[in-house]
Amino acid sequence: MRYPDVVVVGAGVIGAACAEALSAAGLRVTVLDRGPLGAGTSAAGEGNVLVSDKEPGPELDLALASLGRWPDLLAELGADVEWDPKGGLVVATGDTALTAFAEAQRAAGVDARPITPAEAFDLEPHLTRAVVAAVHYPQDAQLQPVLVTKALLAAVRRRGGTLRPGVRALGVRLANGAVAAVRTDDGDVPCGAVVIACGPWSGEVSTAFGAPITVLPRRGVILVTAPLPPGTVRHKVYDADYVGAVASGDADLQVSTVVESTAGGTVLIGSSRERVGFDASLRVEVPRALARRAVGLFPVLADVQVLRAYGGFRPYAPDHLPVIGPDPRCPGLWHATGHEGAGIGLAAATGRLLAELVTGVEPHVDARPFRVDRPGVCA
Amino acid sequence: MRVVVVGGGPAGLAAADAAARAGAEVVLVDSERQLGGQYHRGTAQRADPRVRHLPESTAWAAEGLRLHVRTGPADSPHRTGRVLDADAVVLATGAHDRVVPFPGWDLPGVYTAGAAQALAKGHGVAVGRRVVVSGTGPFLLPVASSLLDVGATVTVLEANGVTGWARHPLAVPQKLPELARYARLLGRVRLRTAVVAAHGDDRVTSVTVARLRPDWTVCDGVRVAVDAVCVGHGFTPRLDLAVGLGCDLVDGFVRVDAVGATSVRGVYAAGEITGIGGADLAAAEGEVAGAAAARAPDPPIAALRAIRRGRRFAAALAAAHPVPTGRHGWLTPDTLLCRCEEVTVGDLHAALDRGAADGRTLKLVSRAGLGPCQGRTCGREVADLAAARLGHPLPDADAFHRRPFATPLRLGELAQHPEEDP
Repeated sequence: MRYPDVVVVGAGVIGAACAEALSAAGLRVTVLDRGPLGAGTSAAGEGNVLVSDKEPGPELDLALASLGRWPDLLAELGADVEWDPKGGLVVATGDTALTAFAEAQRAAGVDARPITPAEAFDLEPHLTRAVVAAVHYPQDAQLQPVLVTKALLAAVRRRGGTLRPGVRALGVRLANGAVAAVRTDDGDVPCGAVVIACGPWSGEVSTAFGAPITVLPRRGVILVTAPLPPGTVRHKVYDADYVGAVASGDADLQVSTVVESTAGGTVLIGSSRERVGFDASLRVEVPRALARRAVGLFPVLADVQVLRAYGGFRPYAPDHLPVIGPDPRCPGLWHATGHEGAGIGLAAATGRLLAELVTGVEPHVDARPFRVDRPGVCA
Repeated sequence: MRVVVVGGGPAGLAAADAAARAGAEVVLVDSERQLGGQYHRGTAQRADPRVRHLPESTAWAAEGLRLHVRTGPADSPHRTGRVLDADAVVLATGAHDRVVPFPGWDLPGVYTAGAAQALAKGHGVAVGRRVVVSGTGPFLLPVASSLLDVGATVTVLEANGVTGWARHPLAVPQKLPELARYARLLGRVRLRTAVVAAHGDDRVTSVTVARLRPDWTVCDGVRVAVDAVCVGHGFTPRLDLAVGLGCDLVDGFVRVDAVGATSVRGVYAAGEITGIGGADLAAAEGEVAGAAAARAPDPPIAALRAIRRGRRFAAALAAAHPVPTGRHGWLTPDTLLCRCEEVTVGDLHAALDRGAADGRTLKLVSRAGLGPCQGRTCGREVADLAAARLGHPLPDADAFHRRPFATPLRLGELAQHPEEDP
């Protein structure tokens, strides 16, 4: 048996995208996950590929790079992952800095189009008439995160890589101070490099590897309604507070509304942000707050049945930027995590960036803002 | 001391009464207008007058010992919301029919045994003139009996060999009056036989009746003309609230100690959610759990004894009425599994072949269990079929029980601030 060049720990969308890009670069890759493939944070989101919620800066640059990469990558994978460039609509019902925010995004390369309330009602006929300002983001898209994770991993396997679900990485074995093997509960896996892509569990896993980074979980809950007639909700529709909630780390519960429909006609309503560690128990106030604001945006939703709620844990670094790059304390150890609620969208560029760094190719986006040895991340 | 009991069937009624006798303030939450549950349907039961009964009320979520309840007809847009804070909760949410799909089971005219019985007992309606009752277990007989009462011609097909429970030493004295009622059915029961397919264009007009081997593989079959089919394969416990509260499960039921306490402090469980055993056992379990929840000084000895006896009987019953995997051979690739999302056996196999190997992924990839019933109907069979194809059980067996909202509600209802119940 040949040993892998790189072991990727974590078979979520970030680990899968890293493994795909590494294998496309010609490296032999093994992917480990303590659980099933793509069943953690990646299975608990909406599948957002967004630019609308990002202020100008490194994360927006990564998002734009990813947005440009996804259609080509999906074509290469040859998989149907329910890719839907449906566009986003951000609306405000009160005094708002929405237009100024959109102006700054435009300067950074985002297609952000301030529109009148009447134009917003044309795009979304059931939208509350209380809307006073709106911005249309035609670039916002969606895909099905479990399907895309599976498609990325299938490509890794086609190129001779190995997928090992149900195998837990326990730590790393060093030789001359550099990574020589990953220790697992199913034996050692000798390798030249290891990528920790464990999302919110990256903190715990990196600690076990002797190179701790600070990545924390922030819980999110999404409501799912019964199917509605086609056209009831046509875009991703946000209230303008969404932007503030993503960038903030202050409150223990934040809710801002994101309403959209899926291919099956159900409506997804997000998104809450709670700092409750890994506690998965239901607090009724969370879905209640989501419901209240969704009905505020789309009064027609009041009579629709809520079928279910699902939740997961987003990984975030203290400065709310992804962590992508080599660990300065341990040659051969790499990290890819901290994408908070944007991991699905950012995965394409993250995988490519990590592969470029590993193979020594000029990065297609500036990698420095995501480096591991930045304040607050590298403990 | 306030005890909230969820469910007004035999277990919940007995729990509420026992807790009231022990001096607790008792609220009994039940989704039906009349107490008694499925077992007593059509014959309204009464609770102890000290029990406060909330009819047409569903507990849609539980946060520890705080229950969120909506009251009003299920389809009404004007249900009211309230929050009940309890010192102890007794879950007696019961069970619904276990559904075992076969080709044509989704045709109009094919009923669950429970639905057919509810129509007969609750409304005096027979589901058809010529009715075949098929499946396994002692529940087939009362269903057939109810159908005879409302004028149907009935044939009963019991897929297993012997009605072992009737020969159980505990059964005869306990069940003699019931057996006498079923004597008129004796000539109508055929053993080791089942409906393995239903046929018809817009409703069932005929079925394939097959003789079965002990593992339920098919020996041979004949077409029989029918108006309706009632299918019963025992029951699936309603675990939504228990799982939501974090109660430990064992073998698919809520794990309880001798007095009905679950693994969650202050939460008790009784009746079918702790193991399928029928109304008498459920009532005994309810009495014990209700007394324990109300911190009654003395446990009800007679009920404790009835529980021991009832559980032995239930174990014998379960052993006599297995639902073996030979039934998977009845399925075709286009047999519907999940009615809500129209997922077929072929779709499920395709999802498994694409690498879905846990319940959560399987739901997202195949869409089985994602519709209005949230896997209440298909979840168990989807999990069984997946385990058979994978060669091992799904690692997250509770994926098809985990429902944050125990009953559906409207977005507008969820948005409302409820009244706090003093």
